[in-house]
Amino acid sequence: MLLIRCPYCEEERPELEFRHAGEAHVARSSEISDISDEAFEQFFFIRSNPKGIVFERWRHLNGCARFFNAARDTVSDRFLTTYKAGEPKPDVAGLLK
Amino acid sequence: MTQPFRIPGAGRLTPAKTVRFTFDGKAYTGLEGDTLASALLANGVHLVGRSFKYHRPRGFLSAGAEEPNALVEISRDATRKTPNVRATVQELYDGLAARSQNRWPSLGFDVGAINNLLSPFLSAGFYYKTFMWPKAAWKRLYEPNIRAAAGLGVAPGEADPDHYAARFAHCDVLVVGGGAAGLAAALAAAETGVRVILCDEQLEFGGALRYESGARIDGLGGFDWARQATGKLAAMDNVRLLTRTTAFGYYAQNFVGLTERVTDHLATPGTAPRERLWQVRAARVVLATGAIERHMVFADNDRPGVMLASAARAFLNQYGVAVGRTIGVYTANDSAYAAAIDLKKAGVDIAAIVDLRDDPSGPLVEQARSLGIEVNPGRAVVGVGGRNRVSSMIVQPKGGGGKRTIPVDALLVSAGWTPSVHLFSQSRGKVAFDAESQRFLPGQYAQDCVSVGACNGTDGLAETLNEAFAAGEVAAKATLGETSAGGGGNARKVDASEDWAGGMLGSAPGAGADTTVKAFVDFQNDVTAKDIRQAVREGMRSIEHVKRFTTNGMATDQGKTSNMHGLAIAAETLGKEIPEVGLTTFRAPYTPVTFGAIVNHARHELFDPTRRTAMHSWAEAHGAVFEDVGQWKRAWYFPRPGEDMHAAVNRECVTVRRSAGLFDASTLGKIEVVGPDAAAFMELLYTNPWQKLEPGRCRYGIMLREDGFIYDDGVVGRLSADRFHVTTTTGGAARVMNHMEDYLQTEFPHLNVWLTSISEQWAVIAVQGPKSRDILAPLVEGIDLSDAAMPHMSVREGSICGVPTRLFRMSFTGERGFEVNVPADYGQAVWEAIWAEGEKYGACAYGTEAMHVLRAEKGYIIVGQDTDGTVTPNDAGLDWAVGKKKTDFVGIRGLKRPDLLASGRKQLVGLKTVDPKVVLEEGAQIVQDPNQPIPMTMIGHVTSSYWSENCGRSIAMGVVAGGHGRLGETLHVPMPDGSIAVEIGSAVFFDEMGERLHG
Ligand SMILES: [Zn+2]
Repeated sequence: MLLIRCPYCEEERPELEFRHAGEAHVARSSEISDISDEAFEQFFFIRSNPKGIVFERWRHLNGCARFFNAARDTVSDRFLTTYKAGEPKPDVAGLLK
Repeated sequence: MTQPFRIPGAGRLTPAKTVRFTFDGKAYTGLEGDTLASALLANGVHLVGRSFKYHRPRGFLSAGAEEPNALVEISRDATRKTPNVRATVQELYDGLAARSQNRWPSLGFDVGAINNLLSPFLSAGFYYKTFMWPKAAWKRLYEPNIRAAAGLGVAPGEADPDHYAARFAHCDVLVVGGGAAGLAAALAAAETGVRVILCDEQLEFGGALRYESGARIDGLGGFDWARQATGKLAAMDNVRLLTRTTAFGYYAQNFVGLTERVTDHLATPGTAPRERLWQVRAARVVLATGAIERHMVFADNDRPGVMLASAARAFLNQYGVAVGRTIGVYTANDSAYAAAIDLKKAGVDIAAIVDLRDDPSGPLVEQARSLGIEVNPGRAVVGVGGRNRVSSMIVQPKGGGGKRTIPVDALLVSAGWTPSVHLFSQSRGKVAFDAESQRFLPGQYAQDCVSVGACNGTDGLAETLNEAFAAGEVAAKATLGETSAGGGGNARKVDASEDWAGGMLGSAPGAGADTTVKAFVDFQNDVTAKDIRQAVREGMRSIEHVKRFTTNGMATDQGKTSNMHGLAIAAETLGKEIPEVGLTTFRAPYTPVTFGAIVNHARHELFDPTRRTAMHSWAEAHGAVFEDVGQWKRAWYFPRPGEDMHAAVNRECVTVRRSAGLFDASTLGKIEVVGPDAAAFMELLYTNPWQKLEPGRCRYGIMLREDGFIYDDGVVGRLSADRFHVTTTTGGAARVMNHMEDYLQTEFPHLNVWLTSISEQWAVIAVQGPKSRDILAPLVEGIDLSDAAMPHMSVREGSICGVPTRLFRMSFTGERGFEVNVPADYGQAVWEAIWAEGEKYGACAYGTEAMHVLRAEKGYIIVGQDTDGTVTPNDAGLDWAVGKKKTDFVGIRGLKRPDLLASGRKQLVGLKTVDPKVVLEEGAQIVQDPNQPIPMTMIGHVTSSYWSENCGRSIAMGVVAGGHGRLGETLHVPMPDGSIAVEIGSAVFFDEMGERLHG
């Protein structure tokens, strides 16, 4: 069971309190009605699914209930960092140091 | 004399404390403190099992958790049967009953042993090759027979009556393994004051010190030192000592799973839990898991009586048991000499030591010779005599030459020691091959842990203790934010030490590639050296492939004794170096863990919560039959005396339309959407327009996913400009809330809106039917219930029975109807008051089944039954609920996808069987032509189907390709006993004009 740091509660809590919520930084267009089929495909269907560092969303469901973002290594399950929704993608190279 | 192999004066057990037990029905006596293995050996019993595949007779290989052979069934009573228990781990208790496994009719004569003769057909990969064809035979013939003939114990047939406990624990330093290294690390860590947990799988701490008679620390014998150290630790408040506790799994972030066997060693377990599962989160982990001795790989090395030298030593020095009277030794390193010396000193005859090394030397070799033990260097054991027990060893110079047969009744073997890197590997650390010592050792660490002692390749007691003391201190100080070089003030004087390096890997002489002998590498899975060579010949290049093809090191064994030999043989056959071939991954659990420990308290009523509504006990008292809907118990129907389900549902449906019915709708999800931007938020989450909905009015809302498919639906009431009372489906409550929160927090955070789940705050009583208003009127205060003041699809706040209510005029039956929301605590009282009024009009209580029928009569869909996640509003005939002028809502773009606009989509329609008495089966397929060849082209399926007493016929809904354009067509539902003709039509079967809603 992983320990995950909620950036809102500012503490590590057991995985049981959280729910995974898919890839992060997939923005919904404010003009979504008008986007092309290709753009919609990218937005709705295509996910990066990398081996290595993934940016993903979590929800502190059984806690503060906030959605937030995390950078996690899919090989080691190690969390490099967690950060609030809306904050920019952190610099991976910096985190790996 | 009982226990003929017990040696007076040897071991640590008390001769007076005898314990009775049975094995295969025969009564024996052992001593308190025995394992089942030591007690059987004390009685001269070596044959204890039949092997997995070939049914070969098997005895004890080891004295510990690595035991691959001596797996038995332990039973306390009819329900308490545990298969595959390692006899070397099971502690003896008075009345213990053990049975051998995988044999019929008896252990001594086993019909399944024919497999041994058939072995050419059962070689490596036989599962994958021999029984491939024909396909049908696999199911009926091969699999059942293989399962019957090959296998281990039999799973118990009844529910487990025992209970299991669980604990979460946090500590600064977790030390795994309580031998010399673990004790030293724990002492050093504990002395800094941090929280320490020390666990060991044995019943007491000491590890190899239990049998290493040559160890002396601080002037004490090794085991006495261990006891002293244990006493010291036990007296410290910051230390938790766990014996009989196996660390079975090492997971991310220093999360380690332990199982503590609480009562398996007790004659009367009482009310204590059988096992306790510990989930430990440690800041630092010290692995002191020791090393496991390897056997020698030679012909028929699985004969009962052939065992690891260290095991014989443990049986002697701990349990006072000689494993034979005339014992042979076959070794490639020094440690077996120590066993021979201990046994010789205890008065046991050592027939000869056969040493593969050309020129063994050193103090142990000298001591053995001086005790008069015959040492044969440069020789190999190339075979054994005996059938159910070894009777001789056949010795040959390792380069070939004359053979000599030496009678023995036990044969001790040692090919060297393999560091136990299982947990290190599970922690995702990378092992590194040390070419000089020919072993894999911890290399790169992935977590905050450290290995000490034999599992780290540290030979020698003094080095081990120094390393462990330092590591314990460093680990503890690191948790305090301090750095330490370690070892301060903890120097121990090691007066005498035993250390074991060296040995050999792979097959021994006489079991090489040019032979066909059965030289076992993995006893538990019946894998021989030949099998591994065959796997390589058949193209397996990776050791992971070899493992799966041969099953070497798989299952519960996890390669404890077999891994290194298997790897060496594969490497030799491939002509590669060992590190090039690589080591297989070690997987959890280290030793088997019971399902009971894992499932733990999550059984029966504690498996999942049961949710009951506020009116549950009323329904129960009125004879309701309940159905499970998710976690909810919902009243399904209310049978009267003499009624079956069908009769009850028919009566309930008719009563609702004739008079009225009461229905408990409390399980509906309810969400309050509040704030200045509440209407804007609703516009984005639902397809419908909301801005112009007047406060006090309701609307049926549809929620889509971004892909354009229906996600949920429900009636929404606008209580005021900034407050919506949203209802969801019962099953959708939690996910709709999550869906809304997701969009509010991440896509539309600019909207000033709060979402609150109110599902459990409001009990909901649906009162439906022409008399519904008459029933409610006397109870309601402050609300004008007239059609003019409160038309269909409106909501008012007021009170009922003096209790606040949100009163909806809405209908899921097609009748005039109300849904009375009251605070849940008042739910039953208000229900009873309404019921009393309802009885005056002959109203009934109705359940979920009648609710389903009534809504189907009106063609109202149920999301998840009539839709399946690929249905659009248009498909469901709900286009009218999509705001055509809207520029954005979740799903708006998905709806424009070409496939969702294409013709021929499956669309929801009504289905009437040509024979009105026939009720279709839900899920049945629909075809155009019932006479077409199989497989038929299926163009749709039935989603809802009922007998409608109100319509006097069966009714159904279904989705059919291009269904909206097929009204009037006759299609067919093929069933096993003939095809059923159905006519496509409107899904509204009752009151097609919808007049009853309004009056
Ligand atoms: Zn939080």
